[in-house]
Amino acid sequence: MLKEEKYQKLKDIIKIYLPEDVAVTDIEQDSHFMNNLNINSANLVDIVLDVEDAFDIRLENDDMDKMQTVNDAMAIIDAKLAEK
Amino acid sequence: MKESYNWILKQLPYSEPFLFVEEILNINDKGVEGAYQFSPDADFYKGHFKNNPVTPGVILTECSAQIGLVCLGIYLLGEKTKLENIGIGMSSSEMEFLLPVFPGERVKVVSELVYFRFQKLKCEVKMYNEDDKLVCKGILAGMIGVANE
Repeated sequence: MLKEEKYQKLKDIIKIYLPEDVAVTDIEQDSHFMNNLNINSANLVDIVLDVEDAFDIRLENDDMDKMQTVNDAMAIIDAKLAEK
Repeated sequence: MKESYNWILKQLPYSEPFLFVEEILNINDKGVEGAYQFSPDADFYKGHFKNNPVTPGVILTECSAQIGLVCLGIYLLGEKTKLENIGIGMSSSEMEFLLPVFPGERVKVVSELVYFRFQKLKCEVKMYNEDDKLVCKGILAGMIGVANE
């Protein structure tokens, strides 16, 4: 899968959980899920579960702790896909 | 057998007048069944509604959450987890209300685990009255976990 394709897939998941005061266009690669995109911890779990389904991977507690920004998520997805 | 669930009730972070769990009937890692009888003297009946006491939907939701999410969450975290270390909060509720619950009625809550991952617990809950009629149902989710984990 191309990097662009992966990024788009991830953005499509994130946008479902954005609060009303954050626009899809606000999502940048270095956006912090909680601080920039105002996503709470409960919705971050939903993003992780959707990412697992979309990419057919499984994340652990450690991955969840590391997943602070969109870039972090991309790196984790890449690492998990490489492990497969 | 029910004796063995007492440790869960003791761990509940609620007290009167906001405790809505009386008994755990059954619990395992897939779900929980519990019961509560609404006291006819509860304060909210004085105002909901004027001269026509009916249990508020938010209280039915709270009762469903205390039994369906919190009791199950405490069970899943295990007996050794200390109450003071448990962080807790409801994150979403989507409920439908089908029948009124009047003062003094006893209800049973049946909750089925949807998932418990990364400290988020999501359950499908159903509440039944004494005639076994469905009173309300929905999906509840909350964060529950050891605070400094």
